[in-house]
Amino acid sequence: MSRSTFLLDGQSVPFDDGQMILEAARAAGRYIPHLCWHPDFPPHGSCKLCVVKVAGRHVSACATPARAGAEVESDTPEINTERRTLLQMLFVEGNHFCPACEKSGDCQLQAMAYDLEMTTPRFRHFFPDRPVDASHPEVLLDFNRCIYCELCVRASREQDGKAVFALTGRGINKKLAVNAESGRLADTDFAADDKAARICPVGVILKKRVGFAVPIGERTYDRAPLHEVALPKPEGDT
Amino acid sequence: MSPSRKLRVATVSLAGCFGCHMSLLDIDEHVFALLDKVELDRSPLTDLKTCGPCDIGLVEGGVCNSENVHVLREFRAQCKTLVAMGACAINGGLPAQRNHLDVGQCLSAVFQSRPGMDTAEVPDDPELPLPLDKVHPIHEVVRVDYFLPGCPPSGEAIWQFISDLLAGRTPRVSYPLLHFD
Ligand code: SF4
Ligand code: SF4
Ligand code: FES
Repeated sequence: MSRSTFLLDGQSVPFDDGQMILEAARAAGRYIPHLCWHPDFPPHGSCKLCVVKVAGRHVSACATPARAGAEVESDTPEINTERRTLLQMLFVEGNHFCPACEKSGDCQLQAMAYDLEMTTPRFRHFFPDRPVDASHPEVLLDFNRCIYCELCVRASREQDGKAVFALTGRGINKKLAVNAESGRLADTDFAADDKAARICPVGVILKKRVGFAVPIGERTYDRAPLHEVALPKPEGDT
Repeated sequence: MSPSRKLRVATVSLAGCFGCHMSLLDIDEHVFALLDKVELDRSPLTDLKTCGPCDIGLVEGGVCNSENVHVLREFRAQCKTLVAMGACAINGGLPAQRNHLDVGQCLSAVFQSRPGMDTAEVPDDPELPLPLDKVHPIHEVVRVDYFLPGCPPSGEAIWQFISDLLAGRTPRVSYPLLHFD
């Protein structure tokens, strides 16, 4: 039986019924940028970096089901400019001082900025005041870099069965909170081998004492760009 | 413009560490090719104190005090093409890490309550430029034409960027030369 297809930037992509545009594209080896989407979780639809244009409308590819015959535009100057603007807003909203960030070179936000050739944050920086939480013996929380993708919230709740993290507040007052009376990570049952400890796409949840074990310049996205690293490895590859 | 005219280039380090200028010198033997095509106006390398009309201005560092504002405005007024070179010019960088602190408290912590400091007062000589309450990326103060990220940008990235500018192309720094660290 032949599967239905849609067109992604003019090239045919097969899909299964109910599959989202982003998932189908990925399975076909085609990259659509994403930050809050993760293969182990249902789509979240918050970062909007996966924006694509379908029949004149801008939709989130991670949360929009593929339709037979649809024409989807993704890697176009118009859509990439929109993505760049979203990235610029994420950068000025937090404090992203990459040269001092342990995640630099392994960070998806930064790697996406490289991919999309974002050379300036363009907007006025907010320089928000977000104190760090170093209370836990093994893991540091640097809230300055949170992009509110909720991956840690979802991982802790759904995979670790702990619900250590939560988002509170709305809009620009949104905050990542730690579920403890004191608000400190040390006062939760969080552990360094939790799924939530390894899922942050940026440099918020950091294992202590290994920050620079791999030197800057030899890290994931120093070696290969995000649009290659983010695709599933072909069968048989390690 | 006559084909033989050399382009005039000015450079400055505002609230930066001179790392970007060191990286500029890291272009090694390309420096000869560069000096064939450009002559320097105001720059730490010439020690000229004012900037004349220039084709290109390279600005390292963000804006942390009143003098930085004046110099940056002078550069914008005199340079046809203004470039933010390096992390501090682009997003404030290390100096901007003081932005969530009160500048008065920073100064008194350094000058008034640090053991071993023999000044009891925060220096207020009129020659000293006044610090701003926040450190700003330069695009928050003047219009900037191009941005060259990196802390510092590598010599190779700087050379590619300048070569593009000198050749009249839109400068482009992409993977693997594009770095924020
Ligand atoms: S989280 Fe990523 S973008 Fe933010 S400072 Fe760290 S490396 Fe840079
Ligand atoms: S801490 Fe990391 S994983 Fe959690 S919401 Fe913030 S960016 Fe996402
Ligand atoms: S990846 Fe689709 S909205 Fe974040």
